[in-house]
Amino acid sequence: MTELLQYLVTGLGGGCAFALVGSGLVVVYRVTRVVNFAQGSFAVIAAMTASTLLASGLPHGLAEALAVAVGAVTGAAVGLVAIGKPGTPPDASLIVTLGLGVFAYAVEILVWGDQPRSFRGVPGAVDLFGARFQAHYLLIIGATLAVFAGLGLLFARTDIGRALSACASNPYAARVVGIDVTRMGLLSFGVAGALGGLAGILVTPIQLVTFDYDVTLVVGGFAAAILGGLMRPALTLVGGLLLGVAQALVAGYGNGAYQLEVALVLLLTVMIWRAARQPIAQQEAA
Amino acid sequence: MLEVSELTVRYGLATALDRVSLTVGAGEMVALIGPNGAGKSTLVNTLSGILSPAGGTVTVRGRLAHVPEGRQLFPDLTVDDNLRLGGWRVRNRDTGPIYDVLPALAPLRRRRAGQLSGGQQQMVAVGRALMARPDVLAVDELSLGLAPLVVADLVRHLRTLNAERGLAVLLIEQNARLALDLCGRGYVLEAGRVVAAGTAADLAADPRVAAAYLGAAA
Repeated sequence: MTELLQYLVTGLGGGCAFALVGSGLVVVYRVTRVVNFAQGSFAVIAAMTASTLLASGLPHGLAEALAVAVGAVTGAAVGLVAIGKPGTPPDASLIVTLGLGVFAYAVEILVWGDQPRSFRGVPGAVDLFGARFQAHYLLIIGATLAVFAGLGLLFARTDIGRALSACASNPYAARVVGIDVTRMGLLSFGVAGALGGLAGILVTPIQLVTFDYDVTLVVGGFAAAILGGLMRPALTLVGGLLLGVAQALVAGYGNGAYQLEVALVLLLTVMIWRAARQPIAQQEAA
Repeated sequence: MLEVSELTVRYGLATALDRVSLTVGAGEMVALIGPNGAGKSTLVNTLSGILSPAGGTVTVRGRLAHVPEGRQLFPDLTVDDNLRLGGWRVRNRDTGPIYDVLPALAPLRRRRAGQLSGGQQQMVAVGRALMARPDVLAVDELSLGLAPLVVADLVRHLRTLNAERGLAVLLIEQNARLALDLCGRGYVLEAGRVVAAGTAADLAADPRVAAAYLGAAA
């Protein structure tokens, strides 16, 4: 029982990182209909930046905040290349993000080398019904819940959120009412960069981060986001947490080497389930 | 209020509008009629800044709002959210006055725009344009695909807005009879050029216009 509780908490912590990366995918997709495969790189770049800033003596808090800001700027820069030219089809932008994700490897190795990095998170440990885990997990879970509450409010209650959704819902109409669709798309990439960056700085204290860790994050994030059709933050959170817990249980009771496979199985299951639920008429029209 | 002078718009090598000139005065209702592909929607998209002209000028005194062809709502958003976004440019998102002008929308405010009937959607599109507090309203194909009774209701609203608030209207229509009945003046656009202009009565009396657009024998 104690073991199970421990796996659940560590699973939720890992799942939060997937949910945050997934939420970045959702924000970009909702606004631009682009699946941003560079999303995992934002997390890695922010994690590496934070480790460098902390090593250079910057205090905790400031270093992480700057790293998230670097993630946001990176996101906006990726957006500029992927969708900056008006009229670029979403499929072409997707390929651009994939290319930029690979390009990020080169930059990361050049700047930070190919060795894994980590830094200290919230110190101490917590006891819960006999299970013992790092206090940092509480920060991960708390920060993630706060971010998702904020995203929910952004899209449902604010005009900027409505305008962001409007851009993908009907780009022509958005321009008719005076919304700058390209600028909104860049904003969504910037927000996605910050969300990815947040995932990176939160996860690094519990997980060594290497330059190619983005694959794990983006596959997990995609599996989480696809549960809500890449459109719904709340379901992305549920998807991320489910995946994190499933991975922790498989690693705990079985073999820890199957993390990516668990994500892929969940991804395929959700995609097949979603395709089966889609009305046949809609499939034929597509 | 609106002055278009020698406007030329091109799509690549194709010329969609060729030195088109027209005016809409304050509080005036002006019709722009013509067949499919004449360049009517290109003109209105240029007026609202979505397309850039290759030559000529567009001068708007005050604000111009655009009711696009095919309604073009945000189907996933509620009626109220659609209206709010209409006020994006002017940063005024109070939708209350729109429900006063178009009371039929009030009970629909929480419904998703994509679930409404065509007539209701057209009314939302008009309301959304009014949110921009326009001095000139460019309405692209008000009647397209709508039942006559629904069109009559929308026309009544446009007349009221024009009479009571002095809203100038440029009505872009394939339904020439409707447009010439409603407007005092009109232009006929064919293949990107203005081929006839004058009062609605003059245009209706022009045998060529009557034959081509009003279904009369030439």
